[in-house]
Amino acid sequence: MSLADHTRYRIFKDILARNIMFGLTVFSLLLAVIIGLGLYFKSAPILNEHSLWSMLSSSSWRPFKGEFGFYPFIMGTLWVTIIAIVIALPLCLLSGIYLSEYAHPFIKRLVDPMIDILAGIPPVVYGVWGVLVVVPFIGDKIAPHFVEYSAGYSVLAGGIVLAIMIVPLIISILTEIFASVPKELRDASLSVGATKWQTIKFVILRKSTPGIFAAVVLAISRAFGETIAVLMVCGNISQVPHSVFDSGYPLPALIANNYGEMMSLPLYDSALMLAALILFVIILIFNAVSRIILVRIERRFAL
Amino acid sequence: MRRFEELFFKTLMILATFIILGSLMMILFAVLKRGLPAMNLDMITKIPSGGFYIGKEGGLLNAIAGSLFIVIGATVLGLLISIPIVIYINIYLPPKSFLANITRLSSDVLFGIPSIVYGAFGFTLMVYLGIRASLFGGILAVTLLITPILIRSMDEVAKLIPKDLKDAALSLGATRYEIIKVILKQISPGITTAILLSVGRAIGDAASVLFTAGYTDSIPTSLSQPAATLPLAIFFQLSSPIPEVQDRAYAAALILTVIVLVLSLTARYYSRKFSKNKI
Repeated sequence: MSLADHTRYRIFKDILARNIMFGLTVFSLLLAVIIGLGLYFKSAPILNEHSLWSMLSSSSWRPFKGEFGFYPFIMGTLWVTIIAIVIALPLCLLSGIYLSEYAHPFIKRLVDPMIDILAGIPPVVYGVWGVLVVVPFIGDKIAPHFVEYSAGYSVLAGGIVLAIMIVPLIISILTEIFASVPKELRDASLSVGATKWQTIKFVILRKSTPGIFAAVVLAISRAFGETIAVLMVCGNISQVPHSVFDSGYPLPALIANNYGEMMSLPLYDSALMLAALILFVIILIFNAVSRIILVRIERRFAL
Repeated sequence: MRRFEELFFKTLMILATFIILGSLMMILFAVLKRGLPAMNLDMITKIPSGGFYIGKEGGLLNAIAGSLFIVIGATVLGLLISIPIVIYINIYLPPKSFLANITRLSSDVLFGIPSIVYGAFGFTLMVYLGIRASLFGGILAVTLLITPILIRSMDEVAKLIPKDLKDAALSLGATRYEIIKVILKQISPGITTAILLSVGRAIGDAASVLFTAGYTDSIPTSLSQPAATLPLAIFFQLSSPIPEVQDRAYAAALILTVIVLVLSLTARYYSRKFSKNKI
């Protein structure tokens, strides 16, 4: 092989590699579209049969009669998610501020790995904890003060388990957001006589509002899609919960619980795929919005 | 008054941190307390024998092996997809390229898609291709689940490669394809961390394998056989009314937790070690 040929061969390899890699990159971009389309095609049969709105607003879930009302499951998901956010957000704000503003580096070095571990614990283990600890605690200790009877398998149990699951996600975003507030702003506030807490309250929190919003939206979408842990502690009764001690049946749990039977009834699999599609679309939008906000923040302070 | 407010909120903050750490301790304690008594050598060396699900002999080797096969398969496939993408957006594309940024954004977004959706999509894909619940199906769904994690965490490291390094290699006459070797060497700690992170996520995830991998009492010997997984072993056995079977769920939870703990601590050690050597 002459030198020129060899060079041509090297360039050819370079171009070939570039095209393959470009193809893979485009494929990864299209993946979201492919997933959406795939789920849509599977849920098309039921969408032809019933209107989307009537299914979302109907409460009757009787697959044997061909009635697929998603309303109780959507309410179940909402209850669990809202409870989780209400518990997790104050915890994370307080702890996040503490870790990034007050805590001694030694404490940070101690706490950070533990938050990492919390993030790494599998959902099913959270579920085991929920069954062993949270459910009996609610059933025996809390619920008797408020309602006549609750087995403990409730939207509250789901909310508590979920809250702890989303804590690492929110804290890691919050500490990054707080760290991105320029030091000059803090110094300016402190130099005019504000206390550290006043600086946090009036400068840092105010500057971080978009970031906190993005963190909450991300956490909501995480809570929305969590399946196994919630499935294990929520009770899974298809009803609209009226109190935190009622059982609920969130959408992901519905999909996971019925996969075995779904091939036996007409439209059943289609209904479950529609549930997956609804989850997918909502979470896709939520995620995209919050990621775009976070990228903007990162870019603003990177300069 | 200002002092009081400061003190009040600082107390709350410390309290909140303690609640979070306390929950972690409670989770680990609950799993240890119920898992350790149920743990024995049979659990990790035997597959379920007859009567396992009414409390007789056997172990969880089927689930451990199934989980390992799926995770190894998915990680290899995921790396084959993600490494070229990371290389492409960091070497071939100019910095601040639109395509690179949109790829990063999209893998961030895909990272947030719940595993049940990947499971459901994997299932539709398998119906379309005519595959039954099998090891292959599980690997497929888990690959979809972990590829965004792999891309994102390798990209974090690849972004930090000094531009001079690329320029030096290119100015010596290397093609961009030929400098991949240099780059891969530079980001190898990042690749390790990415693998550990995604293995941790993949091994603990139940919802993605629920439809796609199925469940079986034996160790799969080919890609078309169903495979049991640890998370599903926990999930199914916990719903049994028999206490002995429930105990096995706790033993499985203990095994899974230990695996995940080791993975996440190792990942942390690696990324720390790497950031020390950073320029």
